[in-house]
Amino acid sequence: MSLKQYKEVLVNPLIKENPITLQILGICSALAVTSNLNVTLIMCIALTSVVSLSNLFISIIRNYIPSSVRIIVQMTIIATLVILVDELLKAYDYETSKKLSVFVGLIITNCIVMGRAEAFAMKEKPFVSFLDGLGNGIGYSLILIGVAFIRELFGAGTLFGIPIFGDWYPTNNLLLLPPSSFIIIGLFIWLIRGYNNDQIEEDEFDLSKHSVSPDLNKRELNV
Amino acid sequence: MFEHYLNIFINTVFIENIALSLFLGMCTFLAISKKIDAAFGLGVAVIVVCAITVPLNNLIYNYVLREGALTWAGLPNTNLEFVELISYIGVIAAAVQILEMFLDKYIPALYNALGVFLPLITVNCAILGASLFMVEKDLMFTESIAYGLGAGVGWAMAIVILAGIREKLKYSDIPEGLKGLGMTFIIVGLMSFGFMSFGGISL
Repeated sequence: MSLKQYKEVLVNPLIKENPITLQILGICSALAVTSNLNVTLIMCIALTSVVSLSNLFISIIRNYIPSSVRIIVQMTIIATLVILVDELLKAYDYETSKKLSVFVGLIITNCIVMGRAEAFAMKEKPFVSFLDGLGNGIGYSLILIGVAFIRELFGAGTLFGIPIFGDWYPTNNLLLLPPSSFIIIGLFIWLIRGYNNDQIEEDEFDLSKHSVSPDLNKRELNV
Repeated sequence: MFEHYLNIFINTVFIENIALSLFLGMCTFLAISKKIDAAFGLGVAVIVVCAITVPLNNLIYNYVLREGALTWAGLPNTNLEFVELISYIGVIAAAVQILEMFLDKYIPALYNALGVFLPLITVNCAILGASLFMVEKDLMFTESIAYGLGAGVGWAMAIVILAGIREKLKYSDIPEGLKGLGMTFIIVGLMSFGFMSFGGISL
């Protein structure tokens, strides 16, 4: 593979083929952990390392996995990595690990990890799989950090817990509530699709043809 | 006594709805909610798997993994909590597989209706999440049955409601870029705000 292809594998998932906004993967954890940038950042690092390493290891042994038991094999690799991350987090940053509660464990069932393992790592060489995992992890992180930035700045008036706006800013509790992240992600999707028009979803129905200019003399209204 | 279990059930279905308050199982929730039929089939599958795996994992946690749980085997000092995640996902994968074989043999109608959703459920975070929250809440075995059932019913209810709203919205004039996924996100956000109104109720 040429250098250009490597670059494509790494850069494409950042915005254009973003796992959250296009592939509908990994949304589960994207919402509950975005009220505070610190926590979000830890979650992003955890997910990015799990997805890139799982892609790497699955790709290394891809030729030895019988396809009938591949899900279990992938699960075992992913679960092992997640346990490692969980234990490391408990050892070095117990406070954040308490705040993330079950969401670190839920990386196992995060569809980004499974989805990339199935769709990419089972077919491609180790190094390029690693890059794909890294790209998708960073793409996920970009959206999460964007959401957390908006929620923390306009919700609590702080960034990383440091006050930005000062006392005059009344805190906006609506943004601090988890459901607001759905709406922010929805608006992100709108933004991204505004630039990538080919991602706009087609209607499932066809409008029936109507006459272009209704004949007003006949006093008929064609709709 | 019965009231206690009913409380856990109602609490899990409405106040701590697994989809709309805890945001679990979102990927399938958003992806497979275009049609009510499909949403309903998936919902039933989640109810069944949740109601089976949460009590099973409860037994495993209380009698094998928990600190001091292996006293009955003469190992009072072992703490196997670090293999928690891998054993739960194993139980879930196995339960789904067994359920699939059972349905295929004895209830083929339901098996055909669920179709591809059944194996997909293994990687649905609502199921693993329900087990993890069960551990965090430190529930007894009997309580965990009510919790598992409630978690499944709550998720199923949420996805059927969302599918209903999306079917109604099919012909509405939505801005180009918001069509489909974008709009669904915003609907779910509003639904989730709606479910927060259950938050103040104490049972």
